Amino acid sequence: MMLQAIDLALVIEKLILIVIVISASLVIAMYTTFAERKVAAILQDRRGPNRAGPFGLLQPLADGLKLFFKEEIIPNFSSKFLFILGPALAMMTAMMTSAVIPWGDKIEFFGRSVALQITDVNIGVLYVFGVVSLGVYGIMIGSWASNNKFSLLGGLRAASQIISYELAMGISMIALLMVTGTLSLKEMVIQQQQTHWNIINQPLGFLIFLICAFAECNRTPFDLPEAENELIGGYHTEYSSMKLGFYLFAEYINMFISSVIMATLFFGGYDMPFVNEALLSPNIAALVGIAALMGKVICFIFLFMWVRWTIPRFRYDQLMHLGWRILIPLALFNMLATGGVILYFGK
Amino acid sequence: MQALTNKSKQVNRAPMSFIERLYLPSIFKGMLITFSHIFKKKPTINYPEKQRPFSPVFRGLQILNRDEEGRENCTACGLCAVACPAEAITMEAAERQNGEEHLYKEEKYAAKYEINMLRCIFCGLCEEACPKDAIYLSETFTPADYQRKQFIYNKTDLLIPHPKENPDAYEKALGNRPKRESVN
Amino acid sequence: MNITTLVFILLSLLAVGSAIMMITSKSPVHSVLWLIVVFFAISGHYILMNAQFLAIVNIIVYAGAIMVLFLFVVMLMNLNKETEPVKNYRLQLIGVVSGGCLLLIILSAIMKIDTQQLVEMKVGDAGLIQSLGKNLFTNYVLPFEISSVLFLSAMIGAVVIGKKD
Repeated sequence: MMLQAIDLALVIEKLILIVIVISASLVIAMYTTFAERKVAAILQDRRGPNRAGPFGLLQPLADGLKLFFKEEIIPNFSSKFLFILGPALAMMTAMMTSAVIPWGDKIEFFGRSVALQITDVNIGVLYVFGVVSLGVYGIMIGSWASNNKFSLLGGLRAASQIISYELAMGISMIALLMVTGTLSLKEMVIQQQQTHWNIINQPLGFLIFLICAFAECNRTPFDLPEAENELIGGYHTEYSSMKLGFYLFAEYINMFISSVIMATLFFGGYDMPFVNEALLSPNIAALVGIAALMGKVICFIFLFMWVRWTIPRFRYDQLMHLGWRILIPLALFNMLATGGVILYFGK
Repeated sequence: MQALTNKSKQVNRAPMSFIERLYLPSIFKGMLITFSHIFKKKPTINYPEKQRPFSPVFRGLQILNRDEEGRENCTACGLCAVACPAEAITMEAAERQNGEEHLYKEEKYAAKYEINMLRCIFCGLCEEACPKDAIYLSETFTPADYQRKQFIYNKTDLLIPHPKENPDAYEKALGNRPKRESVN
Repeated sequence: MNITTLVFILLSLLAVGSAIMMITSKSPVHSVLWLIVVFFAISGHYILMNAQFLAIVNIIVYAGAIMVLFLFVVMLMNLNKETEPVKNYRLQLIGVVSGGCLLLIILSAIMKIDTQQLVEMKVGDAGLIQSLGKNLFTNYVLPFEISSVLFLSAMIGAVVIGKKD
């Protein structure tokens, strides 16, 4: 149990990084809820929230405060522990993904070189995939513990939807891994910095990944688990107060994280296009990188919202049809074609 | 059946072509339509800061009028109550005593004048019926309240402010429309 | 006692404890959840043995997919005390005997283990994706390909079943 001095410094450094990353993603998710309402309003020729603070910027705080002060209702016949575990798991799995994402290059700080990534594990992509596949537990446990038919239906929909789309997502990711030859997200970004973005190699793979990301985040047009006009509220029908807030919030964190993942996998991560980072001083380069990543993420989040307010919800059989009979064969074909090209041109 | 207008469109039930079955072009088209709405003008008015102007024929809350010296016009003739289709108006008449000439314009006045705002339909027939131009519909709404009895407006609620004692409020209550014409 | 041993002991306690909880808990949903905890503890062990790939694949496949399906089925069944079938003594006796036999086999296997050779912690690269891949495609290429054909046929079968309208 001896922690060396250097280890202690590393632990503190990582702890600070974790706190920053988690609080940043919480704040961004908070403002994503605000952005969602604003974008919806703008796309529908309305004004959106503009009362709380200048331009309505304090609206997410007001929303959160309202949720905290709402009455807490736990149904009588539900399993109380599981009822509380549901939203907690949803929130936790939503935030766990951020651990392997490279937010930027190294930053020089009091003579220490700090990598802007919590941990660069050699299985980064698989870690993301694993955590995403666990995300469904929050919804399933919560929906079952509610002891409500509609909640259960929502939970079952969520489970089958996420499992179905995970397959296509995984296969499209395999094609990408065949091109990059690494599982570490950091190395992928460095590769893309040196050559070109992966979207050029894998346009079809990106399309499949994007569609699956929509389904994994339970976003419209795949928001069947919470389809309000047929399942009341889906899996969170029985939830109130901040537990409901956690579920809603987890969705926005998921959206943010999947935007970051897509930007990192296919759009060069923190790579600013047409700028040679090696010429800049390390700190400036890191800041430019973070700004580039955030810019890409904002574009993706806008895409998520734009699609939400354009495309109506799928029917459940259409969802399954798309997942199993179109996306999986397409992803398999993409994998085969990628393998063929790599084999033919010898990479 | 012959179409009445040429607006109706026959639904095309032909099987979809390959491009249509891809869905992506139509999704893209839809996305462009929503995107174009970003640049459209927003018809919303920021209500408390900006208010939509009342139309010239707007009929709002009733007001009991006074003349320029502040005497009540109403003579409690009851024509407005008879004209009222919703039977919202009740009144009691009284005779003007000596020394009350500065209060009431005519020899008879309304001692009690009540309008039930929950019954009133703001048709404006009372205004049309009144021979003395004592009642007219102003440019305000009935405010919300918690109790039903608060909606029975009596004379203190309905009377216009005194033109001599409180000229600003009088002008404001009179509104922008020329109500005084018929008096003269 | 260094930190690795401590983590190992904690993970083992977690794994064994939640395995016992899984067997003894009355509600099947709780059983499934305890089983998921067991999988997580085992993944922790894999990471201790420097086999991150196996650890994460264990989580993705078992905790992320198979247990979701288990939970799916368990949630749909109406399981409570009234509908629980009453098992007769003969069945219970057979269960005890077969379970005891398994216990004996495991015990004899544990007795035979050469305790001089301990598990290597934090070293070795058998569970890393690179060495694992190399092994699979050189030493064990035939069984690997046969099993992948099996999986492919299962996948195609699923697609075919899905196509049957």
